[in-house]
Formats: sequence, structure tokens, C-alpha cells
Amino acid sequence: MTLGFRTIKEVPKDEFLAPGHRMCAGCTAATAIRQVLKAAGRNIIVTTATGCLEVATSYFPQTAWRVPWVHLGFENTAALASGIESAMKALRRKKKSEENPHVIAIGGDGGTFDIGLQALSGALERGHDFLYICYDNEAYMNTGIQRSSATPYCAATTTSPPGKRSMGQKTQKKDLVGIAVAHEIPYAATACPSYPIDLMNKVKKGLEVEGPALLHILTPCPTGWRFDISLGIELGKMAVLTGLWPLYEVENGVTRLTVQVPKREPVKKYLELQGRFRHLTEEEINRIQERADRLALKFGMGPLRQ
Amino acid sequence: MKRLGLSGNYAVAYAVKMADVDVIAAYPITPQTTIVEKLSEFVANGELEAEYINVESEHSAMSACVGASLTGARVFTATSSQGLAYMHEVLFMASGLRTPIVMANVNRALSAPLNIWNDHSDAMAERDAGWIQLWVTSAQEAFDATLEAFKIAEDVLLPVMVNLDGYIVSHTYEPVVLPDEGLVRGFVPSRPLQNRVSPKFAYSIGVVGPPEAYYEMKYQVVDAIEKSREKIRDVDKEFGERFGREYKFVNEYMMEDAEYALVTMGALTGTAKVVASGLRKEGEKVGVLSIRCFRPFPKEEIVALLGDLKGVGVVDRAVTPGGPSNPLFAEVATTLYERGSRPLLQSFVAGLGGRDVPADDFKSMFGLVKDVVREGKSRPCIYVGLRE
Repeated sequence: MTLGFRTIKEVPKDEFLAPGHRMCAGCTAATAIRQVLKAAGRNIIVTTATGCLEVATSYFPQTAWRVPWVHLGFENTAALASGIESAMKALRRKKKSEENPHVIAIGGDGGTFDIGLQALSGALERGHDFLYICYDNEAYMNTGIQRSSATPYCAATTTSPPGKRSMGQKTQKKDLVGIAVAHEIPYAATACPSYPIDLMNKVKKGLEVEGPALLHILTPCPTGWRFDISLGIELGKMAVLTGLWPLYEVENGVTRLTVQVPKREPVKKYLELQGRFRHLTEEEINRIQERADRLALKFGMGPLRQ
Repeated sequence: MKRLGLSGNYAVAYAVKMADVDVIAAYPITPQTTIVEKLSEFVANGELEAEYINVESEHSAMSACVGASLTGARVFTATSSQGLAYMHEVLFMASGLRTPIVMANVNRALSAPLNIWNDHSDAMAERDAGWIQLWVTSAQEAFDATLEAFKIAEDVLLPVMVNLDGYIVSHTYEPVVLPDEGLVRGFVPSRPLQNRVSPKFAYSIGVVGPPEAYYEMKYQVVDAIEKSREKIRDVDKEFGERFGREYKFVNEYMMEDAEYALVTMGALTGTAKVVASGLRKEGEKVGVLSIRCFRPFPKEEIVALLGDLKGVGVVDRAVTPGGPSNPLFAEVATTLYERGSRPLLQSFVAGLGGRDVPADDFKSMFGLVKDVVREGKSRPCIYVGLRE
């Protein structure tokens, strides 16, 4: 396995996601994809599901993509990637082509957790050699902040509003990496652009393994989570430091925490930065703290800072 | 050249093998399944060098086909009914992105109620998807149309759907002439096609087309399918020269001096022809016109062959509930409308959900066409064989 990046100075200066795209100010999904492309290099083909990233980077006649890029639909980007990967394989075997690019499929949480889950499961199960990236901003942000099955417990969205009979999102976020690992794929991991070296090395690993790999990236969204646009990277850090977003990888079934948190911050510090949790009472905050404690126990993170 | 006893589905599979496709992405559905079973067998035996993607749905089948096609691979899939309906949105993407995918659609009724038998409601529901639609009536035609489809698709950069009637064509064994591999190779050369997805160039494909751009982009599909008429004619001609069987946009039967005719599509044509031939012996001047190419629609042929008749019955094997007429009738009527004088048109629906349409039904349809001409006025759509 090639050595990963050790410091930010080793990261290539190439920019494959051009500046000037239409993502919101402070959007960390754009930061995440910029990091993904830096780690992946030029010999790639990217597919992207319908969503924020797709509409904001490919508005004709402009494009922000300096690498080959294809968008087809909302729910089928893993299937599209399957077709590209298989065709390249067939063409090489039949000596009609020598091209051997990495294939990277990107979807948001809606396009991955909800409408695209079937196509993703199919592609993972069939063992295509590709990297699937879910940038997770925890709701349908492109259509105006509607809840998805990645929206965390109690978060306010336009379709899970708090009210007399509601505290916001009623359900807990699905375990996407768990679902991916259940397909016995060689590599799956979580990441966050607030930890760029960790993220980029996971991209490298995901591309290097033979077969499918999945990277689940938490991308704080100032528009949907309602926080100041200067705080995106801080929010990602707080998600990790509270234990709500453990950074780990599962390599051939073996789970390893990649960023240790010796002393966890209370979840309250993460929640109070965001307008979507403004309506929470102590009771809900405690429940979310309990979830962070459970995750910490599961992944071997340190105790809560007292 | 050899002659084999093949079902319509196997004939399609042989054509796909001989066209040396690179990628097949398919999902099982009755009555299409034996096509992809046969192709899996060819791939497993090493008779066909291709990637076979066992997708988890038809939606993914068509999505994978689009991806594969964009890389310059020759691509095939097959489906029926619900499978085609499930592909619906991706069909538009396939034509919009100008991917030369070939698909066999083994025609089957749409649910509900669930029905695995033949009618044309699946393909008719996709008539606006920007796909070329060929329709066949026998196993040999299925083989020939599938080969032609690759050439047409790759020449005009549009996807092509080859329609064959469920069971009636798909599962009936008939003698099929298979040409030599070399001859086929000459007709559809095995070479990488134009590729638009490659690490060599950073194209963005499938972009957002805002109001200032979408209209022109969409029009390119309209323009391409209009212009494909010429190409389809060329391919039909070349096919005839190479293989000795020449096809046209429409098949005519006893149309030269006909006064009355039925317009059909697919396997119903066979029965219509038998009945027409019998009526000819009784002195009735009847003929049959079957549509082989439904998209692009054979406007010139329809005007030339039907324009001067006294009466024409159009037999739809699909319905448009609540519409002023049914799909095939609407196309024929619209085409003839621009002509000042035109035959009296009578709309028929027959054979939905695999209901048998026996010779007697065709006899009565011919009779009814003659009746309405005599009465000088056509009747509302007649649902042939419908129990009261």
C-alpha cells in the first residue's frame, strides 16, 4: 500500500474542483469533495447523484469539474458507476482500450440513505471496483432542508418541524457504514473535512483496495443546520470531539478508530452552535448525550470531559 | 450460414452474441428472461466476451447501460412490461445523453391486474422517450432487427428498442437463418465506439440544462430521431444486400389495389394476413399494413399507402384511457389529417392482456371497416372480443 499523506504539505496543490462553483458560502461538502479529488488525482471518472453538489457544479454552460464527470439521476449513481467500471473492464480485456481509471461515485445523504440505497447495495454486492462517497449534510438540502433517514434525532427540518406535538426528527440516523460492511466489502470508513489528512488517506485506501469501498463523510451545512458560515470546519470538529461522529475505518471486517478523542466534549457544545437544535430541552440533550456515550464505548473513545 | 430452430428470445440472444457486445446489464422479468439467460450462458461458456452485470433492478439495468455506453462499449439489455415502466425516467436520460443502447422489449401488459401475457401497453407508454422503436413479427425478424438496431443506434447516437410480442414471438420456435460470423462482423464491426467518458478528457456529462439551454438540447433529440429515417432506410438497404432480407418502415400485404385495410403492429399481423388472403379469394379488395418502425413514425409510407383507400381500421393492442383515441390510431389519424382526402378511419382495440384474437375477429374487423364506409361515418372505438 502506498504511503498516505503525513502532513498537509504533502497534499498535491492540484485543484480538480474549480473555484467559482455555486455551492453555498461556508459549505463543507465542497471542501470535502475538493479533498477527495486531491487525494484521488487525475486518473478518475466521477459520477454524481442529483443533489446540491451536482446542480451547483454543472450549471450549463459552466462546470467546476476538471476531471471526467457524469450525472444521470438521483437514485442511480452507483448503478451508473457499475456500468462505467464494467465497460472499462470489458474494453481492456477485449483490447479495445487501455484506460484504467478509478471510478468514484458521489451521492448526498438523500441519494445514498434513501432513494439510492438499492442501487448502492446492488453495486456493493456485485463487487465493482469503485469508491462510493456519501457527503452527508443530514437532510435534503438541495430541495430546501427536508428530513432524510440521515437526519439526526430531534433536528428541525422543513418536514420534521418542532411543534406542540413534535420535537423535530423522530428517528435516529441510519448506520450507513454498518450497512456497507454487511456487504463484506473490503473497505468502509467515516470521515470529515475538518480532518483533511484522515479523509484523504481514507480516499487513497478506498481507491487502492480491489473491490468496492465506501466513505461516509459528515459535511456540516450552514444553510440547513443554521450556523454561521465561518463555523463549518469547527462544527465538523465538534461532531468528532463529542463522539457523535467517530472517525473510524473497517478494513476487511476489522474496525479501527482513526482519530482518538481522549477527552470528549459534551454534545451540548455541538448542539448549541446550530439553529436546528435550538428547540431542544435538557431531556433531549441528555438523550443525545447518551447516544454519544454509547458510540464512544463502541469505538473506544475517551471519557466525557467533566 | 446455418438454420436453427430458435424461439424469438433466443434469436435475439444470438444476434446480440454475434454483434459481439461488450456489456450486458439485465434483470429477469417474464417473458423476457430467456434472452438474458441465454446471454449469461454465452458469457459463462466464453462464447461471448462481455461483462454481464446482474443488476438489482431494471432501473439500475438502464442506468448501468448508460454508463457503459458512454465509455464507448457496445451495450445491450432486455426487459418487459413493469421492467420497462421501472426504467421510464432513465429511458429519457439514455436518449438525452445520446447513448446507442440496444434493448429488446418483450411486450407484455402492464399491471394491474398482474398479467404476464402480451399486449403493447408497455412500449406505447414509452413512445415519447426519444427511443427508436422497431417491431417484429417473427423470430427471424427479431434476429435481423436486433442486428440492425446496433448499426442504427451507433450511427445516429440514439437508443433503439426492438419490440417482440410476449410468448407469441418470444417463445415460439421457428427456423431462423443465422448468417456467418464474418458477414455479421462486416455489417456491425467490433470496434470501440465513440467514447465520451475517458480519463483523457474532462467532459462534464449530464449537466444542468437551464431554460436558456434545455430547449435546444432537447430539440437535438427531436432532430436526431427525425434524421434517423434516412439512416434507417440505408441500414435496411444494406442489410438486404448483405443478408438477402430487406426490411422497410412498414410491411405491406396485398396493398397494391386494396380498398380497405387493417393497420397492425407485431404478431397480430400474421392472423390479419391469413384472413385478408381468404377475403381476397372471395373478391374483397383488402390488405394489411403493419408498422415495423413506430419511432420514427413512417409518415410518408402511411400517406402513400393508405391515403387513397376507402376505409382503414387501426388495431391497437394498448389503450389510452380517457383519450380521444388509442396510441396507434392517433398516429395514423394525425398522419393522414394533413391530406385533404383520406380514408374513413375506424379504431379497434384487441388482445389486451394476452387475450387471443382469432381469425374470426379479424374477419369481423374487415367487415366493420366496410360497414362504416357504407354508412359514411366511423363508430366510436370498438373493443373487439370484450365480454359485455
